[in-house]
Amino acid sequence: MKAAVLVFPGSNREGDVAQAIELVTGRKPQMVWHCDGDFEKTDLIVVPGGFSYGDYLRCGAMAAQSPVMAEVKKRAAQGVPVLAICNGFQIVTEAGLLPGTLMRNAHLKFVCSDVHLKVETSQSLFTNRYQAGQVIRVPVAHAEGNYFADETTLKRLEDRGQIAFRYCAPDGTVDGTGNPNGSIQNIAGVFNETKTVMGLMPHPENAVEPMFGGSDGKALFEGLVEALT
Amino acid sequence: MKARVHVTLKNGVLDPQGKAIGHSLNRLGFPEVGDVRQGKFIELELAETDKAKAKARLDEMCRKLLANTVIENYSIELVG
Repeated sequence: MKAAVLVFPGSNREGDVAQAIELVTGRKPQMVWHCDGDFEKTDLIVVPGGFSYGDYLRCGAMAAQSPVMAEVKKRAAQGVPVLAICNGFQIVTEAGLLPGTLMRNAHLKFVCSDVHLKVETSQSLFTNRYQAGQVIRVPVAHAEGNYFADETTLKRLEDRGQIAFRYCAPDGTVDGTGNPNGSIQNIAGVFNETKTVMGLMPHPENAVEPMFGGSDGKALFEGLVEALT
Repeated sequence: MKARVHVTLKNGVLDPQGKAIGHSLNRLGFPEVGDVRQGKFIELELAETDKAKAKARLDEMCRKLLANTVIENYSIELVG
Protein backbone atom coordinates (compact mmCIF):
# COMPACT_ATOMS: atom_id res chain seq x y z
CA MET A 1 0.00 0.00 0.00
CA LYS A 2 1.38 3.37 -1.07
CA ALA A 3 0.30 6.24 1.12
CA ALA A 4 0.65 10.02 1.04
CA VAL A 5 0.53 12.15 4.17
CA LEU A 6 -0.32 15.82 3.67
CA VAL A 7 1.66 18.47 5.55
CA PHE A 8 0.31 21.97 6.19
CA PRO A 9 2.02 24.82 8.04
CA GLY A 10 1.03 23.95 11.61
CA SER A 11 0.46 20.20 11.13
CA ASN A 12 2.02 18.29 14.02
CA ARG A 13 0.87 14.66 13.84
CA GLU A 14 2.16 13.93 10.35
CA GLY A 15 5.22 12.17 11.80
CA ASP A 16 3.10 10.01 14.09
CA VAL A 17 0.84 8.84 11.31
CA ALA A 18 3.78 8.30 8.95
CA GLN A 19 5.37 6.09 11.60
CA ALA A 20 2.14 4.10 12.10
CA ILE A 21 1.92 3.54 8.34
CA GLU A 22 5.55 2.49 8.14
CA LEU A 23 4.99 0.09 11.03
CA VAL A 24 2.28 -1.81 9.17
CA THR A 25 3.49 -1.45 5.58
CA GLY A 26 7.25 -1.46 6.03
CA ARG A 27 7.50 1.57 3.78
CA LYS A 28 7.63 5.28 4.43
CA PRO A 29 4.70 7.27 3.07
CA GLN A 30 5.20 10.18 0.72
CA MET A 31 5.00 13.50 2.61
CA VAL A 32 3.15 16.11 0.54
CA TRP A 33 3.49 19.85 1.23
CA HIS A 34 0.30 21.92 1.10
CA CYS A 35 1.39 23.87 -2.03
CA ASP A 36 1.92 20.69 -4.01
CA GLY A 37 -1.14 20.18 -6.15
CA ASP A 38 0.46 17.45 -8.23
CA PHE A 39 1.81 14.60 -6.15
CA GLU A 40 2.54 10.99 -7.01
CA LYS A 41 -0.48 8.66 -7.26
CA THR A 42 -1.08 6.68 -4.07
CA ASP A 43 -3.53 4.09 -2.70
CA LEU A 44 -4.33 6.21 0.35
CA ILE A 45 -4.23 9.89 1.29
CA VAL A 46 -3.94 10.86 4.96
CA VAL A 47 -4.84 14.32 6.26
CA PRO A 48 -3.12 14.49 9.65
CA GLY A 49 -3.78 16.33 12.89
CA GLY A 50 -2.32 19.59 14.12
CA PHE A 51 -3.19 23.24 13.88
CA SER A 52 -3.02 23.95 10.15
CA TYR A 53 -2.62 27.68 9.45
CA GLY A 54 -2.83 28.30 13.19
CA ASP A 55 -6.56 27.47 13.17
CA TYR A 56 -7.14 30.96 11.70
CA LEU A 57 -10.73 31.87 10.86
CA ARG A 58 -12.03 28.35 11.71
CA CYS A 59 -10.14 25.10 12.27
CA GLY A 60 -9.34 23.66 8.85
CA ALA A 61 -10.93 26.53 6.90
CA MET A 62 -7.71 27.82 5.32
CA ALA A 63 -6.20 24.39 4.69
CA ALA A 64 -9.41 23.31 2.94
CA GLN A 65 -8.67 25.94 0.25
CA SER A 66 -5.02 24.97 -0.31
CA PRO A 67 -3.73 23.65 -3.68
CA VAL A 68 -3.15 20.18 -2.27
CA MET A 69 -6.76 19.92 -1.09
CA ALA A 70 -8.07 20.84 -4.56
CA GLU A 71 -6.18 17.77 -5.81
CA VAL A 72 -7.37 15.62 -2.89
CA LYS A 73 -10.98 16.53 -3.73
CA LYS A 74 -10.40 15.42 -7.33
CA ARG A 75 -8.84 12.12 -6.30
CA ALA A 76 -11.47 11.46 -3.63
CA ALA A 77 -14.11 11.91 -6.32
CA GLN A 78 -12.30 9.21 -8.32
CA GLY A 79 -12.49 6.91 -5.31
CA VAL A 80 -9.01 7.28 -3.79
CA PRO A 81 -9.45 6.59 -0.04
CA VAL A 82 -8.87 9.48 2.35
CA LEU A 83 -8.24 9.07 6.08
CA ALA A 84 -8.64 12.35 7.95
CA ILE A 85 -7.63 12.56 11.60
CA CYS A 86 -8.36 15.34 14.10
CA ASN A 87 -7.45 18.62 12.34
CA GLY A 88 -7.60 16.53 9.17
CA PHE A 89 -11.26 15.76 9.96
CA GLN A 90 -11.87 19.50 10.40
CA ILE A 91 -10.13 20.17 7.06
CA VAL A 92 -12.13 17.62 5.06
CA THR A 93 -15.47 18.78 6.50
CA GLU A 94 -14.52 22.35 5.57
CA ALA A 95 -13.58 21.06 2.10
CA GLY A 96 -17.00 19.44 1.78
CA LEU A 97 -15.67 15.87 1.58
CA LEU A 98 -17.59 14.87 4.71
CA PRO A 99 -20.88 16.19 6.10
CA GLY A 100 -21.24 18.21 9.30
CA THR A 101 -18.67 20.27 11.12
CA LEU A 102 -16.50 20.29 14.26
CA MET A 103 -17.34 22.99 16.79
CA ARG A 104 -15.68 24.21 19.98
CA ASN A 105 -15.88 21.56 22.74
CA ALA A 106 -19.06 22.05 24.76
CA HIS A 107 -17.06 22.59 27.99
CA LEU A 108 -14.67 24.99 26.19
CA LYS A 109 -11.57 23.11 27.35
CA PHE A 110 -8.86 21.40 25.38
CA VAL A 111 -9.29 17.69 26.01
CA CYS A 112 -6.25 15.41 26.01
CA SER A 113 -6.97 11.89 27.27
CA ASP A 114 -7.77 8.34 26.26
CA VAL A 115 -11.35 7.75 25.16
CA HIS A 116 -13.38 4.65 24.40
CA LEU A 117 -14.95 4.26 21.00
CA LYS A 118 -17.64 1.93 19.81
CA VAL A 119 -17.00 0.63 16.31
CA GLU A 120 -20.29 1.09 14.43
CA THR A 121 -19.50 -1.08 11.43
CA SER A 122 -16.82 -3.42 10.18
CA GLN A 123 -18.03 -2.91 6.61
CA SER A 124 -15.45 -0.39 5.40
CA LEU A 125 -11.86 -0.12 4.22
CA PHE A 126 -10.99 1.51 7.51
CA THR A 127 -12.77 -0.73 10.02
CA ASN A 128 -12.65 -4.21 8.45
CA ARG A 129 -10.26 -5.48 11.14
CA TYR A 130 -12.72 -4.56 13.90
CA GLN A 131 -16.06 -6.13 14.85
CA ALA A 132 -19.23 -4.04 14.81
CA GLY A 133 -19.96 -3.13 18.44
CA GLN A 134 -16.33 -3.62 19.53
CA VAL A 135 -14.98 -1.11 22.06
CA ILE A 136 -11.49 0.29 21.48
CA ARG A 137 -9.37 2.74 23.46
CA VAL A 138 -7.48 5.54 21.70
CA PRO A 139 -6.37 9.06 22.66
CA VAL A 140 -7.97 12.39 21.74
CA ALA A 141 -6.31 15.81 21.84
CA HIS A 142 -8.43 18.72 20.64
CA ALA A 143 -10.39 21.83 21.56
CA GLU A 144 -12.74 21.74 18.56
CA GLY A 145 -14.04 18.20 18.28
CA ASN A 146 -17.70 18.75 19.01
CA TYR A 147 -19.32 17.14 15.96
CA PHE A 148 -22.44 18.86 14.70
CA ALA A 149 -24.79 18.25 11.79
CA ASP A 150 -28.40 19.30 11.25
CA GLU A 151 -31.21 16.80 11.79
CA THR A 152 -31.68 15.94 8.13
CA THR A 153 -27.97 15.23 7.72
CA LEU A 154 -27.88 13.15 10.92
CA LYS A 155 -30.81 11.06 9.78
CA ARG A 156 -29.14 10.47 6.43
CA LEU A 157 -25.88 9.45 8.16
CA GLU A 158 -27.75 6.98 10.38
CA ASP A 159 -29.87 5.55 7.57
CA ARG A 160 -26.90 5.00 5.29
CA GLY A 161 -24.59 3.60 7.96
CA GLN A 162 -22.14 6.48 7.63
CA ILE A 163 -21.25 6.70 11.31
CA ALA A 164 -17.90 5.01 11.89
CA PHE A 165 -17.24 5.47 15.62
CA ARG A 166 -19.11 6.77 18.66
CA TYR A 167 -17.65 7.83 22.01
CA CYS A 168 -18.76 5.41 24.72
CA ALA A 169 -18.15 4.24 28.28
CA PRO A 170 -15.55 1.46 28.77
CA ASP A 171 -18.39 -1.10 28.71
CA GLY A 172 -19.69 0.20 25.39
CA THR A 173 -22.63 2.22 26.70
CA VAL A 174 -23.18 5.22 24.45
CA ASP A 175 -24.22 8.05 26.75
CA GLY A 176 -22.98 11.39 28.07
CA THR A 177 -20.36 9.89 30.37
CA GLY A 178 -18.08 8.72 27.56
CA ASN A 179 -18.51 11.85 25.45
CA PRO A 180 -15.40 14.07 25.81
CA ASN A 181 -16.56 17.09 23.82
CA GLY A 182 -20.34 17.28 23.46
CA SER A 183 -20.52 15.70 19.99
CA ILE A 184 -24.07 15.19 18.82
CA GLN A 185 -25.14 11.55 19.27
CA ASN A 186 -21.61 10.85 20.54
CA ILE A 187 -20.27 10.85 16.98
CA ALA A 188 -16.46 10.48 16.87
CA GLY A 189 -16.01 9.58 13.22
CA VAL A 190 -18.02 9.50 9.97
CA PHE A 191 -17.76 8.18 6.40
CA ASN A 192 -18.78 9.78 3.13
CA GLU A 193 -21.55 8.04 1.18
CA THR A 194 -19.21 5.62 -0.58
CA LYS A 195 -17.24 4.96 2.63
CA THR A 196 -14.00 5.86 0.87
CA VAL A 197 -13.43 8.95 3.01
CA MET A 198 -13.36 8.65 6.80
CA GLY A 199 -12.78 11.42 9.31
CA LEU A 200 -12.38 11.00 13.05
CA MET A 201 -11.27 13.19 15.95
CA PRO A 202 -9.38 10.50 17.96
CA HIS A 203 -5.82 9.52 17.08
CA PRO A 204 -5.53 5.83 16.09
CA GLU A 205 -1.94 6.57 14.98
CA ASN A 206 -1.05 7.23 18.61
CA ALA A 207 -2.29 3.82 19.73
CA VAL A 208 -0.22 1.42 17.65
CA GLU A 209 2.33 0.14 20.16
CA PRO A 210 1.57 -1.34 23.62
CA MET A 211 4.66 0.41 24.97
CA PHE A 212 2.94 3.75 24.44
CA GLY A 213 -0.25 2.91 26.27
CA GLY A 214 -2.22 0.80 23.83
CA SER A 215 -2.42 -0.62 20.35
CA ASP A 216 -6.13 -0.57 19.54
CA GLY A 217 -5.53 1.85 16.68
CA LYS A 218 -3.19 -0.47 14.82
CA ALA A 219 -5.99 -2.60 13.35
CA LEU A 220 -7.25 0.45 11.47
CA PHE A 221 -3.98 0.69 9.55
CA GLU A 222 -3.71 -3.09 9.15
CA GLY A 223 -7.23 -3.13 7.73
CA LEU A 224 -6.28 -0.47 5.20
CA VAL A 225 -3.22 -2.45 4.13
CA GLU A 226 -5.37 -5.55 3.69
CA ALA A 227 -7.97 -3.66 1.66
CA LEU A 228 -5.57 -1.60 -0.46
CA THR A 229 -2.66 -3.94 -1.23
CA MET B 1 -15.05 50.48 -1.12
CA LYS B 2 -15.09 49.03 2.33
CA ALA B 3 -17.20 46.06 3.38
CA ARG B 4 -18.10 44.69 6.75
CA VAL B 5 -19.06 41.08 7.19
CA HIS B 6 -20.69 39.74 10.33
CA VAL B 7 -20.59 35.99 10.90
CA THR B 8 -22.88 34.60 13.59
CA LEU B 9 -23.95 31.16 14.71
CA LYS B 10 -27.32 29.99 13.43
CA ASN B 11 -30.23 29.81 15.84
CA GLY B 12 -30.32 26.48 17.60
CA VAL B 13 -26.56 25.96 17.35
CA LEU B 14 -25.10 25.76 20.85
CA ASP B 15 -22.72 28.65 21.61
CA PRO B 16 -20.68 27.68 24.69
CA GLN B 17 -18.40 30.71 24.26
CA GLY B 18 -21.38 33.06 24.29
CA LYS B 19 -22.65 31.30 27.40
CA ALA B 20 -19.30 31.68 29.17
CA ILE B 21 -19.21 35.38 28.27
CA GLY B 22 -22.73 35.81 29.67
CA HIS B 23 -21.80 34.06 32.92
CA SER B 24 -18.72 36.24 33.34
CA LEU B 25 -20.71 39.42 32.78
CA ASN B 26 -23.29 38.30 35.37
CA ARG B 27 -20.47 37.65 37.81
CA LEU B 28 -18.90 41.06 37.12
CA GLY B 29 -22.02 42.87 38.25
CA PHE B 30 -24.13 42.90 35.08
CA PRO B 31 -27.11 40.81 36.15
CA GLU B 32 -29.22 42.33 33.38
CA VAL B 33 -27.32 40.29 30.78
CA GLY B 34 -29.34 37.32 29.52
CA ASP B 35 -28.52 35.20 26.50
CA VAL B 36 -25.21 36.07 24.77
CA ARG B 37 -24.27 34.99 21.23
CA GLN B 38 -20.79 35.76 19.92
CA GLY B 39 -19.52 35.86 16.36
CA LYS B 40 -16.93 37.33 14.01
CA PHE B 41 -16.53 40.74 12.43
CA ILE B 42 -14.43 40.99 9.27
CA GLU B 43 -13.60 44.27 7.52
CA LEU B 44 -12.46 44.15 3.91
CA GLU B 45 -11.07 46.76 1.46
CA LEU B 46 -12.43 46.12 -2.04
CA ALA B 47 -11.14 47.36 -5.40
CA GLU B 48 -14.70 47.60 -6.76
CA THR B 49 -16.98 50.60 -7.24
CA ASP B 50 -20.20 48.87 -8.29
CA LYS B 51 -22.22 48.03 -5.16
CA ALA B 52 -24.24 45.22 -6.71
CA LYS B 53 -21.12 43.56 -8.08
CA ALA B 54 -19.33 43.96 -4.76
CA LYS B 55 -22.21 42.40 -2.91
CA ALA B 56 -22.36 39.41 -5.23
CA ARG B 57 -18.60 38.85 -4.88
CA LEU B 58 -18.81 39.17 -1.09
CA ASP B 59 -21.61 36.65 -1.02
CA GLU B 60 -19.35 34.22 -2.87
CA MET B 61 -16.47 34.96 -0.44
CA CYS B 62 -18.73 34.24 2.52
CA ARG B 63 -19.94 30.94 1.10
CA LYS B 64 -16.44 29.84 0.02
CA LEU B 65 -14.39 30.84 3.04
CA LEU B 66 -15.59 33.46 5.51
CA ALA B 67 -18.53 31.51 6.94
CA ASN B 68 -19.26 27.83 7.45
CA THR B 69 -22.88 27.71 6.36
CA VAL B 70 -23.45 24.42 8.18
CA ILE B 71 -23.51 26.35 11.45
CA GLU B 72 -23.10 30.04 10.60
CA ASN B 73 -25.11 32.88 9.08
CA TYR B 74 -23.48 35.94 7.56
CA SER B 75 -24.51 39.48 6.76
CA ILE B 76 -22.80 41.94 4.45
CA GLU B 77 -22.65 45.71 4.84
CA LEU B 78 -21.06 48.07 2.30
CA VAL B 79 -19.54 51.29 3.57
CA GLY B 80 -18.62 54.32 1.44
